Amino acid sequence: MIIDLKRFISNERPFWTELDEMLVLNERDPYRRMHFDEIKRLHYLYQRASSDLSKIRTFTAERAIYAYLESLVGRAYAMIHAGRQETVRFSFWRWFWETFPRTFRRQRRTFYLSLAIMMAGALFGGGAIVWDPDAKAVLMPFSHLQMDPADRVAEEEAAQGERLKGQKSRFSAFLMTHNTRVSIFVLALGMTWGIGTVLLLYSNGVMLGAVAADYIWANQGLFLAGWLLPHGVVEIPSILLAGQAGLILAGAMIGRKSALPFGARLREVIPDVVTLIGGVAILLVWAGIVEAFFSQYHAPVIPYEVKIAFGMVELFLLAAFLRLSGRGRVKPMSWRRIRGWIKGRR
Amino acid sequence: MQNNKLTIRTPEGVTFTLPLAGPVSRLLAWIIDAAGILTCYKLFAKLTVLMGIISPDFSSAVSIFIFFALRTGYSMAFEWYWRGQTVGKRVLGLRVMDVNGLRLQPSQIILRNLLRAVDSLPFFYLVGGVTSLINRYGQRLGDLAANTIVVTATKAFEPDLDLLLDKNAYNSLQAHPHLTAKLRQLVVPEEAAVALQALMRRNEMVPESRVALFEEIAGLFKSKVSFPAEAVEGVSNEQYVRNVVDVLFKSTV
Repeated sequence: MIIDLKRFISNERPFWTELDEMLVLNERDPYRRMHFDEIKRLHYLYQRASSDLSKIRTFTAERAIYAYLESLVGRAYAMIHAGRQETVRFSFWRWFWETFPRTFRRQRRTFYLSLAIMMAGALFGGGAIVWDPDAKAVLMPFSHLQMDPADRVAEEEAAQGERLKGQKSRFSAFLMTHNTRVSIFVLALGMTWGIGTVLLLYSNGVMLGAVAADYIWANQGLFLAGWLLPHGVVEIPSILLAGQAGLILAGAMIGRKSALPFGARLREVIPDVVTLIGGVAILLVWAGIVEAFFSQYHAPVIPYEVKIAFGMVELFLLAAFLRLSGRGRVKPMSWRRIRGWIKGRR
Repeated sequence: MQNNKLTIRTPEGVTFTLPLAGPVSRLLAWIIDAAGILTCYKLFAKLTVLMGIISPDFSSAVSIFIFFALRTGYSMAFEWYWRGQTVGKRVLGLRVMDVNGLRLQPSQIILRNLLRAVDSLPFFYLVGGVTSLINRYGQRLGDLAANTIVVTATKAFEPDLDLLLDKNAYNSLQAHPHLTAKLRQLVVPEEAAVALQALMRRNEMVPESRVALFEEIAGLFKSKVSFPAEAVEGVSNEQYVRNVVDVLFKSTV
């Protein structure tokens, strides 16, 4: 049987228009709050449009009206059935001081795994340099690391931090963007079931261990600590956090001990992965500033003890931030809620 | 190999489909976006040159930041602001959507764009391209991780039947209500839809095809119900189909 299409459209059009207007309002402002009556009306209009879509499919199979209703129902469905992650507007400060450290703590096991992989690489790199100094060319393929550590220290100290004169801002910007790109890459390689993330973490560890062993073996440990600690205590944990995010992604892909389907497992970890990489980007901004404007000055301009102390304070603050920030914070009750609660008790 | 549609069934039992975007249109959209990013960067670079008069070092730093922000944040910003569209996608009529048809979350937009880092490996999105070709919904790795798809965002409008069926026009078939009733009984919805579509798109056809098509459709309806000679005399095949559609779609339920 074929329905009277014209009459059908003229009867239903006001409801479709009303639904469309409600959808446009909510699509423009995703945080818009609706009154209960508005929600009820939206649900009614959605069900009516769904019913119209079924009718049009059964009776006329008319293409244009069918496509119009399909798009309307699809938009309404997206609005009604989407579980909103945030009921309040995004606040950068709340995200950074609460969400980020909480996410880190909730997923700390993957951080420890990330740390273990890098440590394993560092042990290998350090051991390889100690037992086979010729491996330096392979393990540290950078010209400034190929030099004898004692010569490098002498050169750096003679430069008195003026080597980057007139280029410090540029160098800082380069470090921030480059390290953020590397971190994103470490995270993104989680999609290779974590193989790429593990390899990158391990290779970074190898290089770090080789450099450390090379300088310590040449009795230049003080210079190394003074050079690396101010920015390294933030930069290295940042890479580890990116590795943590990549391993979370890999864990969701592998899906061990999870009965959820592939897509649902990934959907579950998306907010945590994005939060971690966002936090990494912020930390790397700080590391970039410190590396360009502070780490490049050596003794006698800045005594190594001061640089090491600065690095240790940073490390302590970072550890405290990740461990304690956002812990046990309870939202203060509004006066309106308190009054409602008292009335309820009476 | 990918389907060209994603069908979603709502808890209310209604199904709707999302037409998936093809790899070529996605590639073209990407080229437009890449050109846009480059143009914006060139414009900002001109401004930073002026800044360089005061401090060349600071100007270089700003330039590095701008390039990084444009490269990383361009798609994220546009896809959030335009609900799943960048300039390239808008031009090509594409839109990023949640794979379940739900509202796109900011975290999904960020993740799908961050994972361009692996999709673009080793060059020109080879990994992403191959993945999207073998994935049934045309998803690259970023889409897989973020649970998103790219669809063809056709803007749907209400059809205007007034243009098609003139309520004041004389319909010779209406003079035979018993035959029109029989016609409504015998014509199945698919045949009616074909006739309606043919009429709606008649101006897009070449004249020869138009004549042949309406001859065939009119022949089909004539074979179902035979109207008296005075009702069809001097009526072209196309007009006959218009009269039949008028009878079918204006009937009461």
